[in-house]
Amino acid sequence: MNIHGILAIYRFEMARTFRTVAQSVAAPVLTTSLYFIVFGKAIGSRMGDINGVSYGAFIIPGLVMLSLLNESISNASFGIFMPKWAGTIYELLSAPISWGEAVIGYVGAAATKSVMLGLLILATARMFVPYEVAHPFWMFAFLLLTAVTFSLFGFIIGLWADNFQKLQVIPMLIVTPLTFLGGAFYSINMLPPLWQKVTLFNPVVYLISGFRWSFYGIADVNIAVSIGMTLGFLVACLTFVWWAFKTGYKLRT
Amino acid sequence: MTLATPNPIVCLRGIDKTYASGFLALKNVNLDINRGEIFALLGPNGAGKTTLINIICGITNASSGTVSADGHDTVRDYRAARATIGLVPQELHTDAFESVWTTIKFSRGLFGKAPDAAYLEKVLRDLSLWDKRNAKIMTLSGGMKRRVLIAKALAHEPKILFLDEPSAGVDVELRHDMWRMVRELRVQGTTIILTTHYIEEAEDMADRIGVISKGELIVVEDKDALMRKLGKKQLSLTLRHPMTNIPAELSEKSLELSEDGQTLVYTFDSQKEETGIADLLRLMSKHGIEFKDLRSSESSLEDIFVSLIHQSNTVNS
Ligand SMILES: Nc1ncnc2c1ncn2[C@@H]1O[C@H](COP(=O)(O)OP(=O)(O)OP(=O)(O)O)[C@@H](O)[C@H]1O
Ligand SMILES: [Mg+2]
Repeated sequence: MNIHGILAIYRFEMARTFRTVAQSVAAPVLTTSLYFIVFGKAIGSRMGDINGVSYGAFIIPGLVMLSLLNESISNASFGIFMPKWAGTIYELLSAPISWGEAVIGYVGAAATKSVMLGLLILATARMFVPYEVAHPFWMFAFLLLTAVTFSLFGFIIGLWADNFQKLQVIPMLIVTPLTFLGGAFYSINMLPPLWQKVTLFNPVVYLISGFRWSFYGIADVNIAVSIGMTLGFLVACLTFVWWAFKTGYKLRT
Repeated sequence: MTLATPNPIVCLRGIDKTYASGFLALKNVNLDINRGEIFALLGPNGAGKTTLINIICGITNASSGTVSADGHDTVRDYRAARATIGLVPQELHTDAFESVWTTIKFSRGLFGKAPDAAYLEKVLRDLSLWDKRNAKIMTLSGGMKRRVLIAKALAHEPKILFLDEPSAGVDVELRHDMWRMVRELRVQGTTIILTTHYIEEAEDMADRIGVISKGELIVVEDKDALMRKLGKKQLSLTLRHPMTNIPAELSEKSLELSEDGQTLVYTFDSQKEETGIADLLRLMSKHGIEFKDLRSSESSLEDIFVSLIHQSNTVNS
């Protein structure tokens, strides 16, 4: 096991984050604050409670997930795309490090950053809405699991993308719509029956529902199903990355 | 052609490479690199030098054949094999925002070595980069970036160092420094494989020479033996009276008359017992050609290289 190698990648990626710390922290805090002012205060005050939770509190888990998904994907995809683009990937390819170790370094760093960000957003939200976390262990577990899974997904996008457009296209055309339609701002029970069914094909629904359950004990779908779906996606991503490294997919000529 | 060596540090056996485009970049390359030598790989643009190096280093997959480095198969036992190898790539691929120090620390860690600030400091000092250790790489000149890449390659104390055109874009003084360092590394036991388009460099530095042309290794030879075997000697005679043409009786000899008619150049094979010089001089005096000076010279590696590539091209076409 090349521990020094994993640490080198992890530190390198974390340093990259902290170099742009203003932008990495300020942007999400600002965005979240805006969401709370608009949805929590302005609109939320006219909305009734959902399952006994005030609207302002109801949207917190969804907002955290929204940022978590975006940040995980963009961080991890950038982390592996940049060396490919700049050509510095030659060093990783010639290093005595396995695909698993490289992934631990890159995805570990991206997930760490996402979790830190999630906690930061939760702290920001606290300034607007007083909320309680019913199941702190599960709350953190969901945070971590989602951060790792979507960092892996981002890593795959970074492997696949061979230009900046491709790097943006999946987050923009698929992930953002899925998160907005994933029940961040509403309970899926509010939808017409047909759309309630359709929505179950959206993996983000399970994440947000499970995460919200850890806060308020209310969920749109069964909590076990939520965990199962997230783990399933994690395994799918891992399998793809394993295959990609094994075949040298878009890395080795 | 390759001499059997007792304990080669790099072994290539039957390496073929066909790129995804269908282009056949290497054809059945067999090569042994001796422990502790400086090996120069020469060949025109597109011959396959970088492809060969990338296969050994794990950046490119060979289509068939096997490679071992320090006794470890580079595919099956890639960890042990790669840990022994340092690579300075041909292109200047560097991070932009990292400092020199963090980038070489990263390289050392990536190759599985525990931190060693004293060693890294020595590497930077040897490459005259110590003053620049905190500079962002993007603020460095091209020649400095090249040295950063060398420092990265040396950061994990490799036994085998690949230098893919290290002198491209490096000024004369720096090039001398670099070659001094390469010689020092060799003294310390590092095996060095380099490519260059400056053939005098190979002539100066290398113990052995490999010439690759269109994906085929056409010659692997001890440098001195190569120069002896394929080298030609020339005798230049400065004439007392300019000539307009070579007399018919002398035209069978490989003689050339310079444009101004002042110098007669005779080319002969230094390996042959009979150089033909005595015969030439006899014929000259018979024709009343007098000379005031004579000078002999040997062909350079460059001449040999050019004629080898030329030969292989005519054989192929
Ligand atoms: N990724 C690739 N896909 C297809 N063909 C490639 C690829 N990389 C290199 N080639 C081709 O393989 C041949 C050998 O290239 P290589 O880079 O090994 O040459 P080289 O001897 O290093 O040349 P130079 O002196 O210019 O650096 C060239 O014809 C090149 O076009
Ligand atoms: Mg090359």
